[in-house]
Amino acid sequence: MTDNKLSSTDQDVAVEPVLLSKTQQQVAASLARRHRQEKLFKGAGLGAVIISLILVAILFVNIFAKGVPAFWQAHITLDIYFDPAVISVSEKPVQGGDETDNEFRQRFIEWQTEVGMVNFNRLILEGLYQVLPEAKSREYRRDAARIVTSGERYAVRDMVIENPDIIGQTKTVHLLTDANIDVWLKGNIDRSLPDSQQQLSPKVRQWVEMLSAQGVIENRFSFALFMNPDSRSSPASAGLAGAFVGSLYMMLVVIFLAVPMGVAAAIYLEEFAPKNKLTDLVEVNINNLAAVPSIVFGLLGASVFIGWFKLPMSAPIVGGLVLSLMTLPTVIIATRSTLKAIPPSIRQAALGLGASKMQAVFHHVLPLAIPGILTGAIIGVAQALGETAPLLLIGMKSFVAQIPAGPFEQSTALPVQIYLWQGNELRNFFEARTSAAIIVLLALMLTLNGLAIWLRKKYEKRW
Amino acid sequence: MTAIETNSIGKVKMTARDVRVFYGDNEAIHGVDLDVIENEVIAFIGPSGCGKSTFLRCLNRMNDTIDICRVTGSIKMDGRDIYDPSLDVVQLRAQVGMVFQKPNPFPKSIYENIAYGPRLHGLASRKSELDDVVESSLRRAGLWNEVKDRLDQPGTGLSGGQQQRLCIARSIAVSPDVILMDEPCSALDPIATSIIEELIDELKQNFTIVIVTHNMQQAARVSDRTAFFHLGDLIEIGATNEVFTNPINKRTEDYITGRYG
Repeated sequence: MTDNKLSSTDQDVAVEPVLLSKTQQQVAASLARRHRQEKLFKGAGLGAVIISLILVAILFVNIFAKGVPAFWQAHITLDIYFDPAVISVSEKPVQGGDETDNEFRQRFIEWQTEVGMVNFNRLILEGLYQVLPEAKSREYRRDAARIVTSGERYAVRDMVIENPDIIGQTKTVHLLTDANIDVWLKGNIDRSLPDSQQQLSPKVRQWVEMLSAQGVIENRFSFALFMNPDSRSSPASAGLAGAFVGSLYMMLVVIFLAVPMGVAAAIYLEEFAPKNKLTDLVEVNINNLAAVPSIVFGLLGASVFIGWFKLPMSAPIVGGLVLSLMTLPTVIIATRSTLKAIPPSIRQAALGLGASKMQAVFHHVLPLAIPGILTGAIIGVAQALGETAPLLLIGMKSFVAQIPAGPFEQSTALPVQIYLWQGNELRNFFEARTSAAIIVLLALMLTLNGLAIWLRKKYEKRW
Repeated sequence: MTAIETNSIGKVKMTARDVRVFYGDNEAIHGVDLDVIENEVIAFIGPSGCGKSTFLRCLNRMNDTIDICRVTGSIKMDGRDIYDPSLDVVQLRAQVGMVFQKPNPFPKSIYENIAYGPRLHGLASRKSELDDVVESSLRRAGLWNEVKDRLDQPGTGLSGGQQQRLCIARSIAVSPDVILMDEPCSALDPIATSIIEELIDELKQNFTIVIVTHNMQQAARVSDRTAFFHLGDLIEIGATNEVFTNPINKRTEDYITGRYG
């Protein structure tokens, strides 16, 4: 405490006050301990942040390392001659002037069925024989049939349905190879295993190596992953489209049901409802609902929506209703806390001018609450998007090989698709595809959360 | 209870008789009788928690917004009971404006802050009329020259004193008869305070003003009459110079001379 800079006249005085009062001594004695505690606490906090960041990084690196390669899949490039001798079908129907829409649709479906009867596999094989003449021999017929995955015949069929003019022409197409070929080329199977344990016959392996070296088989971006529904007979063409559309329908149900209902309930409870025992009870129960395990909502959905209301099993409408129930408390709680945070002075200002209660809420409180309400709603929807357990109980874990045309049709959902692929017996192929599906789901979630942040920034106002 | 009737001074605007206010079971105001005279400035003074703000908020029924609050007795305005069920509280609040302790402009433009009330009550049908109302209100609040070039900027961007004058302009835009001011200068610096005090003096030509204040000098400067509240009772009411120079009640004297507060 002795300060050398003090002028000489002050020095005598300055030496004396070194003696701290008793209270100040106690304060000084406690300082070291307090600083130590603060340092410890800061260190612990920083450590927690670092550990969680490392864990998140491990998770992401793991998922991306596994999943990203699945976005590219082995395709074989073939010249396919759309042989009129094989595709002998009638003209593509055109709607006549006196024909109703229904009649035309009927005729069109009949024509599609006719096209569907064509042996498109033969066209593909003929194309294959051009790059692999050896495969034509009777001896290797079974091996040749394993090169292109079975689902691709429908892709070729759809080309004809789309544009029948290609009959008689030769087109270069990139077709998905069998899933096991993709696995082999990516090195996801131990190549030193004996033949008996390999999925591919030695001949096919030899061909694949050769075609790959020639560039006939190469990795291309897998549109199938996004455009196709799930498939079991042709695993290489299995895609997320069915699950994606199913999830989309469910999210629409949640957005149009849970969000308006939740916001309206929150506004009523926060701004209009009298504070009494009944509203207290409602409040406690809303908080309880938010803590109910999601699988319980699945049970409820199964018994109420499917059991009583006789809604179809496995349908996105039921999934959406169940997820709405689950999301409702989240939306209500988020909206209420946003409304609570709006300063009462704004309400008083409006009421003092002679605005009715509803005008005060809708003219002044709600506009300020919009960013918070949107954030709450989007977080709720994102939570619903990733929810799996309740969907298992209402039958949405069944295998559906079609893109649902409406919310009442059978469907699955993105997180359930991940669960299904994770359990698929073709492990070598679906492990990567599962991670790819996780990446798609995560990307959707991050987009939604990013949207929430953007909306909050955009509409945020100070008061 | 020594409330003194002083309605001989002028026309009575508001009459309160035996007003009691309860928060739950707790009686906050114990039967107040008081008259507000037209075009006067009446100040309510008293120590914190004496009920002066609570009583003020009875005059435009702002206490209705508090669930547990209950008001008994009668408050009449121009002879009509303002707690009568047939009277719409929206109408009352259009007639009795209020300025709050903390400036609370809406987080909207200066123009929108003023235009909100007239638009709400349909007082201006055309844009030009609304423009006129906004300009005259801002002029009467002495704010026009400071903000006329930035009417589209947020009201929350003004200084504290300007914000409070904006709030006064906002309340006079709906042409009320009475303006209630709940410690309007407590959040302002001395210069902003003196501007508001001058404003109150001018506004008294057209409005009846009831002001609650902690600041006794302010009450002495701006008011015609002063009412002293203590622990939920109206102790004394009279002409301001009388109350300050020659208080009747001992407690008033003690408070004014700074013995407690």
